[in-house]
Amino acid sequence: MRALLVALLLMAWVGPALADPPFDPKDPAMVRYQAGIKRSGYTFAEPETRAMQDDDFMNPAMLWVEKGEKLWSTAEGGTAKSCASCHGKAEDSMKGVGAHYPKFDKGAGKVINLEQRINICRVQAMAAPEWKYESEPLLAMTTYVKMQSRGVPVAVAIDGPAAPWFDAGQRFYFERRGLNDVACSHCHVDNWGRHIRTELLSQGMSNGFPSYRLKWQKLGSLHRRLAGCNEEIRAEPYPLGSFEYVALELYLAWRAQGLLVETPSVRK
Amino acid sequence: MPTPKVKFNETPAKGEIVEVKTMIDHDMESGQRKDAAGKVIARKIINTFTVTLNGKPLFSADLAPAISANPAVNFFFTATEGGTLDFTWIDDDGSRYGLSRAITVT
Amino acid sequence: MTTLPLGRRAVMIGLSAGAAALALAPGSARASKAEADELITRLAGAKPHEGKVKLKLPEIAENGNTVPFTVSVDHPMVEGNYVTAIHVVAHDNPAPQVASFHFTPTGKAEVYSRLRLARTQEVRAVAVLSDGTAWEARKEVKVTVGGCGG
Repeated sequence: MRALLVALLLMAWVGPALADPPFDPKDPAMVRYQAGIKRSGYTFAEPETRAMQDDDFMNPAMLWVEKGEKLWSTAEGGTAKSCASCHGKAEDSMKGVGAHYPKFDKGAGKVINLEQRINICRVQAMAAPEWKYESEPLLAMTTYVKMQSRGVPVAVAIDGPAAPWFDAGQRFYFERRGLNDVACSHCHVDNWGRHIRTELLSQGMSNGFPSYRLKWQKLGSLHRRLAGCNEEIRAEPYPLGSFEYVALELYLAWRAQGLLVETPSVRK
Repeated sequence: MPTPKVKFNETPAKGEIVEVKTMIDHDMESGQRKDAAGKVIARKIINTFTVTLNGKPLFSADLAPAISANPAVNFFFTATEGGTLDFTWIDDDGSRYGLSRAITVT
Repeated sequence: MTTLPLGRRAVMIGLSAGAAALALAPGSARASKAEADELITRLAGAKPHEGKVKLKLPEIAENGNTVPFTVSVDHPMVEGNYVTAIHVVAHDNPAPQVASFHFTPTGKAEVYSRLRLARTQEVRAVAVLSDGTAWEARKEVKVTVGGCGG
């Protein structure tokens, strides 16, 4: 037991010397993953992880994109319509759309994210049942739609009717929580680029979600990651799709503004 | 249902070394995990991957639970004859997932 | 920066420290180095020499659940003289065998896949040639217990 603790401490101490993946901000290949001092999670990832993302065939997240593409043309529900019935080709109609979510939706009377927008379409336009949060079809469709914004800079509205969500999200981000009594900002604002034991901290940018995480061995949503983050600091996670996480998602999108949408990314 | 996919140059020149990339969506349940009740989740993986060219064995792999989910396997072959490449992934439960691709050697 | 307490979670080196559902099954067999040697000799049909084989693995696995690897062998792939198989072994996993790849005399002796590593350990790749000899490469991969997110 003692040897194990010593080994862990040693690993944490030598961590910085071994752990940091190569990153040169002036490297032309890295330019598209930065915006000023903002850095996409890609720049904190090891070369092997980046290689998995760079190749569209090798990127496991594409398995969900392919499913999403099939679902796009699948008629469903009382109206026997598919997404394509109204939206035609996703490459055209959805280009740039995902980059502006979350956004205030007049019909819903609140700020919603892309997952929720997809479900509104299903219920209202297709008379089809909602897809459960984190279900395979919702993950597939969200990733397929968001991918049509790949390469588009993240840009969200935080004023007007969206303002209360932005304020709530910002408050959440700087609020201490959980047994560990830390806020998102302690890691992702104060200590990005440093290590928590052996883990290299990123800026917590959301521009690549939904993301294939090596840990999950699966594609997952931003809210799943937020719930995981909360659990890791020993805080009670909020439900996926909750007001708190949608507000936080809006704040995070604002933080990531200028970075290019990277969906579907590969992260640890 | 698992949907496999493959990618390779389907019109190579004779003698060209062709790289074949393959992937299948599968959890590769290792049999090491336990559910919330403490019960072991049964192992269920793709245990075999075989490739034939015109019915003759070209390449195969025996996979163990240590292979990550959504297994990707890339290998190489030399283009000599055209015909059909048949890819088969075999699950612990006996299910077989297959793909066929034509190859034309110029 | 506030120091986070070293909880029990920190010492649980498993496939994933986060999810409560994930734990090693009781009695999970981990091979000793001697058992790994025996397994490899049995798989290869011969005791391997060091050489000819290149095993590409990261020094530090971003996450032990998904570690990309490439094995390549500097050897012809022609009828009568080729690499017949490559076996990959991770002796400190619950089960040491990772995969066995079987070749025919074509292309090149190179294969890519992704493996799971339960803890920091030496991964071994053994190539068996058509002349019955075996060659191997070893690479240590560090699998860290993340502070957060890992």
